[in-house]
Amino acid sequence: MNPHKSNGAKKERIGVYVCHCGSNIAGIVDVEEVSRWAGEVLADWGVVVSRDYKFMCSSLGQELIEKDIQELDLTRVVVGACSPHLHEATFRTACANGGLNPYLCEMVSLREQVSWVHTDKEAATEKAKALLAGGVARVAFHEPLDAMSVPINEATLVVGGGIAGIQAALEIADSGFPVYLVEREPSIGGHMAQFDKTFPTLDCSACILTPKMVSVGSHPNITLLTWSEVEKVDGYVGNFTATVRKRARYINIEDCTGCGICEEKCPKKVIDDVFEAGLGYRKAVYRPFPQAVPKYPVIDTENCTYFQKGKCKACEILCPTGAINFEQEDELVELKVGNIILATGYDLFDARRITQYGYGRLANVFTSLEFERLSNAAGPTDGEIVMRDGKSVPQAVGIIHCVGSRDKNYNNYCSVICCMQSLKFAHLVEERTGAEVYNFYIDMRTAFKDYDEFYQRVLHEGVHFIRGRVAEVTDAARLPGEEGKLIIQVEDTFMGEQRRIPVDMVILSAGLEPRSDSTEVAHKFGISCSHNGWFIEKHPKLDPVATMTEGIFIAGCAQGPKDIPASVAQGAAAAARVLGRIQQKELALEPVRASVIAEKCSGCRICNDLCPFNAIGFDEEQQISEINPALCQGCGTCVAACPSGAITGTQFSDRQVKAQLEGLLAFATMSSEPVAA
Amino acid sequence: MKQYGYYPGCSLERNASAYDKSTRAIAPALGLTFNEIDDWNCCGATEYISLEKLPAYALVGRNLALAAEQADNGHQLVAPCSACFLNLRKADRYLRDSPVMARQINEALAAGGLHYEPGSIKVRHLLEIIVDDIGYEAVAEQVQAPLTGLRVAPYYGCLIVRPAFDGQFDDMEYPTTLDRLMSTLGAQVVDYPVKAHCCGGHMTQISEPTALELIRRLLKSAADYEADVITTLCPMCQLNLDAYQDAVNAYFGTDYQIPVLYFTQLMGLAFGLSPEEVGIGQELVDARPALAHIGAVEEEAPAARRRPSRKKEEGLPMPVMPEEKTR
Repeated sequence: MNPHKSNGAKKERIGVYVCHCGSNIAGIVDVEEVSRWAGEVLADWGVVVSRDYKFMCSSLGQELIEKDIQELDLTRVVVGACSPHLHEATFRTACANGGLNPYLCEMVSLREQVSWVHTDKEAATEKAKALLAGGVARVAFHEPLDAMSVPINEATLVVGGGIAGIQAALEIADSGFPVYLVEREPSIGGHMAQFDKTFPTLDCSACILTPKMVSVGSHPNITLLTWSEVEKVDGYVGNFTATVRKRARYINIEDCTGCGICEEKCPKKVIDDVFEAGLGYRKAVYRPFPQAVPKYPVIDTENCTYFQKGKCKACEILCPTGAINFEQEDELVELKVGNIILATGYDLFDARRITQYGYGRLANVFTSLEFERLSNAAGPTDGEIVMRDGKSVPQAVGIIHCVGSRDKNYNNYCSVICCMQSLKFAHLVEERTGAEVYNFYIDMRTAFKDYDEFYQRVLHEGVHFIRGRVAEVTDAARLPGEEGKLIIQVEDTFMGEQRRIPVDMVILSAGLEPRSDSTEVAHKFGISCSHNGWFIEKHPKLDPVATMTEGIFIAGCAQGPKDIPASVAQGAAAAARVLGRIQQKELALEPVRASVIAEKCSGCRICNDLCPFNAIGFDEEQQISEINPALCQGCGTCVAACPSGAITGTQFSDRQVKAQLEGLLAFATMSSEPVAA
Repeated sequence: MKQYGYYPGCSLERNASAYDKSTRAIAPALGLTFNEIDDWNCCGATEYISLEKLPAYALVGRNLALAAEQADNGHQLVAPCSACFLNLRKADRYLRDSPVMARQINEALAAGGLHYEPGSIKVRHLLEIIVDDIGYEAVAEQVQAPLTGLRVAPYYGCLIVRPAFDGQFDDMEYPTTLDRLMSTLGAQVVDYPVKAHCCGGHMTQISEPTALELIRRLLKSAADYEADVITTLCPMCQLNLDAYQDAVNAYFGTDYQIPVLYFTQLMGLAFGLSPEEVGIGQELVDARPALAHIGAVEEEAPAARRRPSRKKEEGLPMPVMPEEKTR
């Protein structure tokens, strides 16, 4: 049976190349046999040459293909090797170099789909032949395609003004290109601005962060939009339009000098559960912290006496420049950008969820973020480490690691920063209060430069380390010496016994979690989240800051828990990727796209919401769906879903897929022995 | 009227008869009808299942089969005793998970002309149906004599929230439903840190010093929080805390006098029933002195709370709990 004849295709001259991939494929599949078989048995289907080679992707391997195209006048190429994810581009380029349209090449995955997943050599070899037969049958129906090219808008949108976003924005702006930095809170700075010290060097977080914040605020290439959120994103790589809601600050920023009198005079004090992590107060008109960038405050209408009760206006009366404006309204701004970097950060695990640790119930149980504020010289206690009463200094402090991390009841993953953060806390408590400090850990994880040295240092400072997961923090005293204390009940797994450690203060090193709205944000920007909500990178090792959506990059904790150096590195990496794009001025897009056959489309709109890249719109006039070719990534979801078969994909048309299936199935009826011509 | 099958279990006929009495006494006010399973047998308590699995499950299976047979009582079976509740729920779950055991048990049940289809009866605890099916608001509507001024330590024991054999109606480590129920009655609930700790169970029979230590912890914590009364939902817990209080005092040289009452007894009192109607007086540590000041609305709540109040301006703010936020 010959699928080509049944489909009436013209006779192509096909070259087949089977890769050993060292022993990756050849260890399981009899590569030489497959190659010999294809050359003989599939000759009838148009195969004029079939070769095997140790590493097809090497330059020698590629040259083999180029030479054959020219000398044997090949019109199609089939490469049996690894997954197209890895080397499709390589072999397409080889075809192009040989003078063949690159899209006339088909890859058959003999590694991921055969050798890596099977152990029976004979069966694997037969399967390789079948898949190859499918590829040969299919390639005849490939069409020559030309890459599309789109211009790249020079401007970049950076979402999130923490350290990762700040780094990305500065790198791009310093290279001379415009950046819009959008931040939800009234000031940039993110979590790093809340910290007192940074591990392992213990340099002051504000001292190293504020210069960068100031640069962002004054950079001629950066437009800073704080107290703002991205509402909608349209367009595609090179040509995005982002709609940003600039929430009303109720301050005329042209007039505001940032003198802070409004804040000082505002009579309404509220608990600041964002910047002060609930441990301190702010006013209804406020800047989260003195070094805020921009320097302009915002009015929190939910707590403002004027907005709630209709009178007060103390800030307006006392503002020396008349900058308070109660009539201000939200503003929608449209930004045209070529690329987007998402650096939206993390939320702290809600320690209330682990009820047995008593957070929210026992006054002197603190979260890690609360402790950051407690130890911060600019925090609610001016950096004095005291208990919840605001004055007593603890004599003994317990620090519990892995709260909400490495725990199948909450999050399985390691939050990366907690060990080092806990060591930092231990050092600060010991240094400032002289208290006995106990760390309760599962494993100490102090990888990376100078981290383990810091651990050694803290060990030498006399901090206690108890290996074991804490069972309970309670104020139910049982033994002498426990009265009035918090008792940490733990199994010391080194001593092999239960211990009760009475302390005055407990710090819960709470894990990092994806932002509570991360899945909505991902959907808004057309990217994917892992099952627990972190943004998914294009490749976990080789492409960590790109996403499967062209033009959208990710950086910092939005991608997964990481420390400051790693966040900065990702911010810079994402910027470098964007700069590379900008400098190309134009971007060649894969021409593998879906398109709607207008006459067949019933306008049911089933495909509209299915598209993971938001590439399908609806033409109200003609009542049909339309695919934006620049946004389409050629995934084929819509093609499969269309009930009237009105969507076709280049490179995955029905004809191609059917031919592939026929080729595959034909193999089953064929003998492995050469067929006499 | 909500209909439930009712499985009192052995304890409620003897030492915990006050539990049974008060449960039946409050049922009409809450619109509950309890239809006692006819011809029920012992649940095997906590020991039997660890000794001989098959007969133990057959014992429980018979009760489930009877409940299913008498299912015009509704397909829900209420057990006020924590051990009965756990055994019934555990057996139903294991029979669902193990078709082999289900077949064996049914072979045994066939001798008595019975059959049980695992999963056909939903086993509930009394507290669970009161807070989930009836709800705090409906309970509040029935309160005629609020327990104002009575400091109550809510004690859950270990069996009702864990293990979660068939879903869970409260937090495993720090349950709060009984706390809320007691506040609904107007009582002053103390944040009882050992509320889900073990009462010692039958350890009193095996190693008395171990049991007395466990009981002492519970009494001590209640005394530290100046609770007038401990309220419980399990006959075993009530027995250990109440009957062994003297033994604890003798062994440790303490002087605890804390009455231990079933939550249904306190509900009954709040609903305006007389102490006799809810079985007050059957406890060994006399509850009457503690209950004497119920209803003294003017009386100031005891000031001796050991915890700093939450919104002291000079101190640091306490973390806001999710419920408080939504309020």
